[in-house]
Amino acid sequence: MTALNPAGWRPAIGESNDNSLQHATASGDRGLSLEEPLSFEIGGADKCGVDLDEPEVGPLPSLSRFLRKAAPGLPGLTEPETVRHYTRLSRQNYGIDLGPFPLGSCTMKHNPRLNEKVARMPGFADVHPLQPRQTVRGALEVINQLAWWLIELTGMHGVGMTPKAGAHGELCGLLCIRAAIEARGEERPVILVPESAHGTNPATAAFAGFSVENIPATADGRVDLSALTARLGPDVAGVMITNPNTCGLFERDMKAISDAVHAAGGYVYCDGANFNAIVGKVRPGDLGIDAMHINLHKTFSTPHGGGGPGAGPVVVSEALAPFVPLPFTARTADGVVHLVEDTDDDVFPHPQSFGRMAAFHGQMGMFTRALTYILSHGADGLRQVAEDAVLNANYVLRRCEDVLAAPFGHSGPCMHEALFSDSGLPEGFSTLDIAKGLIDEGFHPMTVYFPLVVKGAMLVEPTETESKAGLDRFIASLRGLAIRARDEDQSLHSAPHFAPRRRLDETLAARKPVLVWKGPE
Amino acid sequence: MSRYFTKDHEWIEVDGDTGTVGISDYAQGQLGDITFVEVPEGGRGVSKGESVCVVDSVKAASDVYTPVSGTVAEANGALADQPELVNSDAEGEGWLFRVTISDSAELAELMDRSAYDAFVAEL
Amino acid sequence: MRYLPLTDTDRAGMLAAIGLGDVDELFADVPPETRLPGPIAGLPLHAGEMAVERHMARLADNNLAAGNAPFFLGAGAYRHHVPASVDHLIQRGEFLTAYTPYQPEIAQGTLQVLFEFQTQVARLFGTEIANASMYDGSTACWEAIGMAGRITRRAGVVVSGGLHPHYVAVIETMAKFTGDKVETRLPALEAQPDDAALIGAIGEDTAGVVVQYPDVLGRIPDLAAIAEAAHAKGALLIVVVTEPVALGLLEAPGELGADIVVGEGQALGVGLQFGGPYLGLFGCREKFVRQMPGRLCGQTVDADGKRGFVLTLSTREQHIRREKATSNICTNSGLCALAFSIHMTLLGGEGLARLARINHSRTREMAERLSRIAGVTLLNDAYFNEVTVLLPRDAAGAVDALASRGVLGGVPLGRLYPRAVQLHNGLLLTATETVTSEDIETLAAELEGILA
Repeated sequence: MTALNPAGWRPAIGESNDNSLQHATASGDRGLSLEEPLSFEIGGADKCGVDLDEPEVGPLPSLSRFLRKAAPGLPGLTEPETVRHYTRLSRQNYGIDLGPFPLGSCTMKHNPRLNEKVARMPGFADVHPLQPRQTVRGALEVINQLAWWLIELTGMHGVGMTPKAGAHGELCGLLCIRAAIEARGEERPVILVPESAHGTNPATAAFAGFSVENIPATADGRVDLSALTARLGPDVAGVMITNPNTCGLFERDMKAISDAVHAAGGYVYCDGANFNAIVGKVRPGDLGIDAMHINLHKTFSTPHGGGGPGAGPVVVSEALAPFVPLPFTARTADGVVHLVEDTDDDVFPHPQSFGRMAAFHGQMGMFTRALTYILSHGADGLRQVAEDAVLNANYVLRRCEDVLAAPFGHSGPCMHEALFSDSGLPEGFSTLDIAKGLIDEGFHPMTVYFPLVVKGAMLVEPTETESKAGLDRFIASLRGLAIRARDEDQSLHSAPHFAPRRRLDETLAARKPVLVWKGPE
Repeated sequence: MSRYFTKDHEWIEVDGDTGTVGISDYAQGQLGDITFVEVPEGGRGVSKGESVCVVDSVKAASDVYTPVSGTVAEANGALADQPELVNSDAEGEGWLFRVTISDSAELAELMDRSAYDAFVAEL
Repeated sequence: MRYLPLTDTDRAGMLAAIGLGDVDELFADVPPETRLPGPIAGLPLHAGEMAVERHMARLADNNLAAGNAPFFLGAGAYRHHVPASVDHLIQRGEFLTAYTPYQPEIAQGTLQVLFEFQTQVARLFGTEIANASMYDGSTACWEAIGMAGRITRRAGVVVSGGLHPHYVAVIETMAKFTGDKVETRLPALEAQPDDAALIGAIGEDTAGVVVQYPDVLGRIPDLAAIAEAAHAKGALLIVVVTEPVALGLLEAPGELGADIVVGEGQALGVGLQFGGPYLGLFGCREKFVRQMPGRLCGQTVDADGKRGFVLTLSTREQHIRREKATSNICTNSGLCALAFSIHMTLLGGEGLARLARINHSRTREMAERLSRIAGVTLLNDAYFNEVTVLLPRDAAGAVDALASRGVLGGVPLGRLYPRAVQLHNGLLLTATETVTSEDIETLAAELEGILA
């Protein structure tokens, strides 16, 4: 078999609460802890939250053979019921607005509300992507201004703006690399990926038609330069490296890695998920990177929205710029921003583009928010973002490493995330217990069981938008949990006790999947 | 009949030229609750060490390598509805597939029960 | 800086607490020659809220918003009235500022919404199951093709000429790298889609047949006939719906034999947003669940036996299966799925059906009025809320002339098919419930003037 559960995650549901305070209420609610049925269980076919006119004419006779036999079987709700349903549901969620959300590699920072306001201006929110270009000059200007900032901040040459999320950006970068290699008339089927990489890296490389080979890490948590160099050759298209890496460390040898890869005819892809640690402090272009996606929903604070949408523009080096996907914007000599939608565009022909990755021009709603964020911070504020994010992470690392194992604590300062593990905890106490204990403390847990190279990993990314007082509270809770685990406090195994739900039976969900509502039980 | 083990935690029970393959009780214990088993199709030719089966737990998907070369004779159909058999009886009812062995010399490279137990004790 | 809570005193105290004197010591691993000495030269410095808002408002004002003009564009992005409560609810911080629900005990709000969303999509599409969303319709379409290949273990893809050309371009781009054999065609300017030619192209190596419903010219293919032909050859039928409101009126693709149904969900709740973020919808038969891409939310119980929801079947996904994953997708379109779901809940099935009839009624009114203009011909035999009309000249010029008169008068086919000159007299026009009779009269009158 493949490696047995290297990350060490195992479902453990704990014991039921048998507490006299947990007596039932007739409603099922408890004070402000509110239960909410499915919309289908409270809605009705005769209810509607939208007042609609009677249509003036019926269906065309030619349409009759295509008509639906009955309306979709979905009950409706009036507006007050709808507002209440979703508001009550929202209260079962944790969000950054409620407290720290220290998910490593996710960069959950404050989402400024100006960004939301701007994105909703009718000139951005209510324009169609295929309107005549002369009616969307401002929108094209937004795309172009953001592109310029991204290029300047990374020291790169060009940018593909259309990828819809980080993984889509990875695909964009790798397809640029493939197109560049094919343009040279070569075949290079292999992409090298460090063991510690985010799962999207190998998945993307496979999706782009490459075979994936792992490169090992050194004992201090960085890419093994000599192993990497030894593997380079005419079959290697490039490497995918996350820098800062998923262990929270800066790859000191990045420039040497880039030089070696370039000397062997390959390209360097950098996963930009952790750009927040270095924005304004060092430019990837100066480290020899050929392509890097930028998660606008991480570094540039577009809201995560419970799992998206994101945006993943890809900055590229001069070598890869001819291959970026369509469409993109470019400024003409007379200062007008031009939208390039076809390879033989009459102003900016782009014959070597690898093609199109999605309909329309990219995540405009994210572009307006990200540009607003960037203009608010400016070059000085963004540099301060990186410094504060890194300072906050190191503060957490050093304040907790006496009670929680820090596998790379000896490797020098961390970047914007602090990595711990459960290796020092007593037998039977694990990362899962610490994470679920944090929920009872009122915090969202850190990223757990990632990176895979550290057993029982806990990756804490506080971000720059936490105050010192907030960090001190979080540190006190995390330390307290570590000490409770060291004292073998069994109640941790059944945490959380105070959340809207106790631990959920993920085994049942996976063995007998119920993915849609089947009707009243 | 005799039973052999691999370092990758598969077992094979050999009866004539037929081998029944599963994962060890130790392996199922490490994986936790098994939620799904993707078994190979009958008639498929396989070579020693090839991934022929995937065992899913909630947060992991583990490839199972065949301990010997040959042809898949049948898969354990009961696992489609009851993947939990791999947890409750990994080395019995929870078997994964049967293989018609093409080169019994390959068995010599495997461990017997006591060697495997000693191997696991070292992990 | 209004977004950075640390004060200089905090910073100094924290550095001292961890035994450092200067923040640059934290960046010691960055080679000194690449470390930037200060803010990057030539870039603006931080700015106050009012100044930034003013800058962005000026850019916004340099666009003609759809609400400020008679508006008739569709072609994969549709303007519908979105009830005010939708945008209010998606701005609840607990939804807006949450992450992917990895910790289900404190993410039941998002998870229950996803479960409701999956149910809504499945019922709308007539499929047994649906996932928790993809990036958009075009990428969902590509993912469906990959899934059909995994299920059938075939590499051929037959694509209808009625598929949105951007979707076709995405398929062709990806196929260059995956080696799938994709057969595409241009649409012909005929009253009905050429279903017979499509059926004729299905072969023994066809994994999937991709059909848009209604198609890019607004016509309606005979899905049942195509499904039967595809299944006879062992291929799957993939149906693409770019305007989900159509399914308030038209039979659900799943009921007509579709194996996988994907779509663009932007029309409900999400808005135009100049092309993104949008919402990929993905439904299919339950037996294919382990080959599906994207996140899935499933029902279960907690330790106290209460119903709850979790992300499930994640062993298909990149963070576990890595290079063997069914897709590399990670972030999806959660907040757009929430908006779609709220809008769908407000409408209900009956409301959606009525909304669809209103759209169709407005479009009939528009089509009949435009048909009365000399030289203008309606192409479609049947349609929902989008039609193709043929002008006596290149439609792009007419659309530009309309724009200069303050009318956003549809999408010229030349914009979608720049190289297919034979299509360039075609103009795609959509009339949703947001279009008034006055808008239609303005469009018609201005078009008459331009063509005269």
